[in-house]
Amino acid sequence: MTTNTQPNAAATEAAVRTGPGPLTAVRRQRGTRQGGTRQWGTTALALVFLAVMLFPVYWMINASLQPNGTTLQTSWLPLAPDFTGYATAISQQGRNLGTSLVVALGSVVFSLAIAAPAAYALAYFKVRGAGVVLFAILISQMIPGIVVANALYTAYNDLGLLNSIPGLILADSSHGIPFAILIVRAFMNNMPASVIEAAKVDGAGHLRAFWSIVLPLSRNALITAGLFTFLFTWSDFLFALTLTTTDDVRPVTLGIFQYMGAYVNDWSSVMATAVLASIPAIILLIAAQKYVAAGTTGGAVK
Amino acid sequence: MSATVQSRLHLPVPETKNDAGLRRSGYRRRERVYQWLFLAPAVAYLVLFFGFPVVKNVAMSFQDYTTGTFYTGEAPWVGFSNYVTVLSSSLFSTSLINTALFTAGSIAGQFVLGLGLAVFFKRKFPLNGILRSLLLLPWLLPLIVSSAVWRWILDKDSGALNNFLESFGIISTGIPWLTSTSLALAAVVGVNIWIGIPFNVTVLYGGLQDIPDELYEAASLDGATGWRAFRHVTWPMLRPVVSVVLVLGVVYTLKVLDIILGLTNGGPANSTQTIATQSYALSFQNFKFGEGAAMGNILVLISLVFAVLYLRVNRRAVDE
Repeated sequence: MTTNTQPNAAATEAAVRTGPGPLTAVRRQRGTRQGGTRQWGTTALALVFLAVMLFPVYWMINASLQPNGTTLQTSWLPLAPDFTGYATAISQQGRNLGTSLVVALGSVVFSLAIAAPAAYALAYFKVRGAGVVLFAILISQMIPGIVVANALYTAYNDLGLLNSIPGLILADSSHGIPFAILIVRAFMNNMPASVIEAAKVDGAGHLRAFWSIVLPLSRNALITAGLFTFLFTWSDFLFALTLTTTDDVRPVTLGIFQYMGAYVNDWSSVMATAVLASIPAIILLIAAQKYVAAGTTGGAVK
Repeated sequence: MSATVQSRLHLPVPETKNDAGLRRSGYRRRERVYQWLFLAPAVAYLVLFFGFPVVKNVAMSFQDYTTGTFYTGEAPWVGFSNYVTVLSSSLFSTSLINTALFTAGSIAGQFVLGLGLAVFFKRKFPLNGILRSLLLLPWLLPLIVSSAVWRWILDKDSGALNNFLESFGIISTGIPWLTSTSLALAAVVGVNIWIGIPFNVTVLYGGLQDIPDELYEAASLDGATGWRAFRHVTWPMLRPVVSVVLVLGVVYTLKVLDIILGLTNGGPANSTQTIATQSYALSFQNFKFGEGAAMGNILVLISLVFAVLYLRVNRRAVDE
């Protein structure tokens, strides 16, 4: 239920479904063998495209390293890096970064605790309501965040959940739970049923089969779902904006938003905060590569 | 929805007289309870955090729900008066037109550039995989970070874009990208295109990879290469994926809020106000929650049209 074109459950399903077929690997291997000048020329062109696409990211880092107050002319290169922006950012937004971290970690734990059993049920049991649940998950992606926020604000007000970390964890998990269910279910669908049947033959009940066989085998999918849930919650702005009204609990996204209003003349601090807020995305870009691509059952079934 | 699942899970099991049958039905019942327990927390969450808000929002849209409501607990029913107020406001047509322009512009730009890059990355060249994954970065950054960075780049006096254009003598004075009523919407669309390109590249690239090489080989024997191969092989084969990308893109773009609030806050003079930002402003800035809910429901209705379209397209894609 992100308010944008961010990685999203339905999109992921589409991507999973349309993902590279078995031929791709073979094709790719054939391709890398024949490197030539022409191919490096294509690489150069790709680098140009990438430079244009990533320029704003470079500019964010560059601007964060400029001395405060030089708003008139930012130099194109941070030749004399100045860390005043970071000092200001940490002293003023450090607490908000901490809040975001706590909320995001809480949301990962909560989302996985809800999503993993559901994914297991949807992948293995012939539950007759399964289709309804999957349909509901897809539809839930289409509900505008502002509609949820509008109704949650009134409910949270009655329940005393405004300006609270549990309140934010619960609301922010609406980004992660549908996504996590879909991605873990897709993974479990590819896991041979014989693994669980073998566990059952050994006398394990559902709970034990789930806990000691299915969960460990789904490690990679759970890590992937967890990483993305972290990122969704960390990036959340709408619930931070609508479900908090005081300084007590303020995620960093809201901190940046309010910074922009009050400190527009001090862009190096805003950009330093933006860089700090981008760290999870950058880590995910490196880490998720491994987990998304990682094989499924490995050597579990011989 | 929970009711449906529950009733389906607790279908009466036919009673049998022999022992084996009894044991069997007992086992089945226990099995069903187990299965239900695995699914129940997720179903409960979906009901509370998606089902309830939608229903509550519908109720609120027919109530005079204001800040006073939080103290008195009273929200009198007012029929369609919230809808009448919202729809007859001069801001509504502005928001509707802006929403249409924002969505159409964003989708067109993201799709064309995304498809171009996806086709480009289909070529074999060194570092392809690494470069393609780095391209994902704009997609993964928090939207409010992206809008902060772009606000700085698009700044009239000291933004990088104007500095760049000035240093090449293309312009002599800074262009007020985000502060001019005639440019702000275009600038916001441009930023949203930047954000959406990685999603389009990823899904379209996946679709391209699924087109068998044999088809291109056969086409090239018939003399179709380059543009003609794209026209007669790539495009028809990619159509199902294209439909999914476009419809999902529309549904996601309709509800965009972060980027617009971060870049312009709906301004200047409402020139970037959309239905989503208007719904936010009504509820959380004017504290007219009933009107905000009505505006939100109009957005849901519009999304619903595309959601139905998505499901039909999706089914067709699966059938094919």
